[in-house]
Amino acid sequence: MNGEWLTPIIAILGLVVITVVTRAFFMIPERELPMPDWLRRGLKYAPLAALAAVIAPELVMTQGALIHSLLDARLPGTAAATAFYFWRRSILGTIVVGMAVYLPLHIGLGW
Amino acid sequence: MNLAAWRAQARDPVFRQGAADMLGAGLGVGAWGLVTGVAMVKGGMSTPLALFMSLTVYAGSAQLAVLPLMVAGAPLWVIWLTAACVNLRFVIFSSMWRSYFAHLPRRERMKLGFFSGDVIFVAFMKRYPRPEPQPEQLPYFWGAATTNWLAWQLPSVAGIILANAIPLSWGLGFAGVLALLGILLSMLGDRASWLATGVACTAAVAAFALPLKLNILVAIAAAVTAGLAMEAGERALRRARMREAGGDA
Repeated sequence: MNGEWLTPIIAILGLVVITVVTRAFFMIPERELPMPDWLRRGLKYAPLAALAAVIAPELVMTQGALIHSLLDARLPGTAAATAFYFWRRSILGTIVVGMAVYLPLHIGLGW
Repeated sequence: MNLAAWRAQARDPVFRQGAADMLGAGLGVGAWGLVTGVAMVKGGMSTPLALFMSLTVYAGSAQLAVLPLMVAGAPLWVIWLTAACVNLRFVIFSSMWRSYFAHLPRRERMKLGFFSGDVIFVAFMKRYPRPEPQPEQLPYFWGAATTNWLAWQLPSVAGIILANAIPLSWGLGFAGVLALLGILLSMLGDRASWLATGVACTAAVAAFALPLKLNILVAIAAAVTAGLAMEAGERALRRARMREAGGDA
């Protein structure tokens, strides 16, 4: 009966190992692993792509399907945040302006 | 590290610069931490277990991905495989961290790895675009990493403890998405980076149905291909123009 509380702890300890190993991966060996030059150049697009891939579904999908309505608070929120970013180049301002448009529409109007 | 050494480091101006560079995005990171904390408890995890997980795993996207699996009692290998796939982008980032920190002892490198989240990576690469080691990079990293850790853990712990007082329906997690959006916009420069981003967005949405969040990996592969193709195209165009100019002379 003791196994029941132990399993999630083992699961979590495994997750800690995964965090360390994935984030340190290429830093773990003492000698550099050889990597072709085209891959090295191409990898500079990877961080951009990872961010875009995390964000895009959060903005235009609900429960795994593309949204069908333009009455979604995320769309005007994103538009306002993007416009503010290009005006002032401030990340803090981007968050504040985006939420200032999003929250009233989402909580008030239920978009 | 003992307290005196820690305080000396906290006074280092580069450490402070690293901390300051994270403050803007920190608001979004905090909102995301709060929502993750609430989601863990509302998803059916006990408060002590959620605290333990938040403080040790320290990987928001992976935590959210494995949460339903853990609550449903999925086999350990499924839980671990899912987390590893969600974290694969960090494997790619680690190849870039290596160019800055390869000279440090392995223990130190592993520690840096544990604390290197997405937002720190982006701030660091913007400050040090040339992939070569400099002594000030270490205090800069720890300034950014300390701020990010606090910005994530304090709200996350608050979310776990106050889970039943904070409704997820408010949509506070949107602040986290906006933080990432601001970071993404700040990274856009030449035409190739715009194209790569457009391709990544399209691919991530189109491949969303894949299991284990593999759509992120599909998007990275597509964007890298598009970026390299665009560079090759621009090079070919430049060569053609030069040949033309040479012919006229």
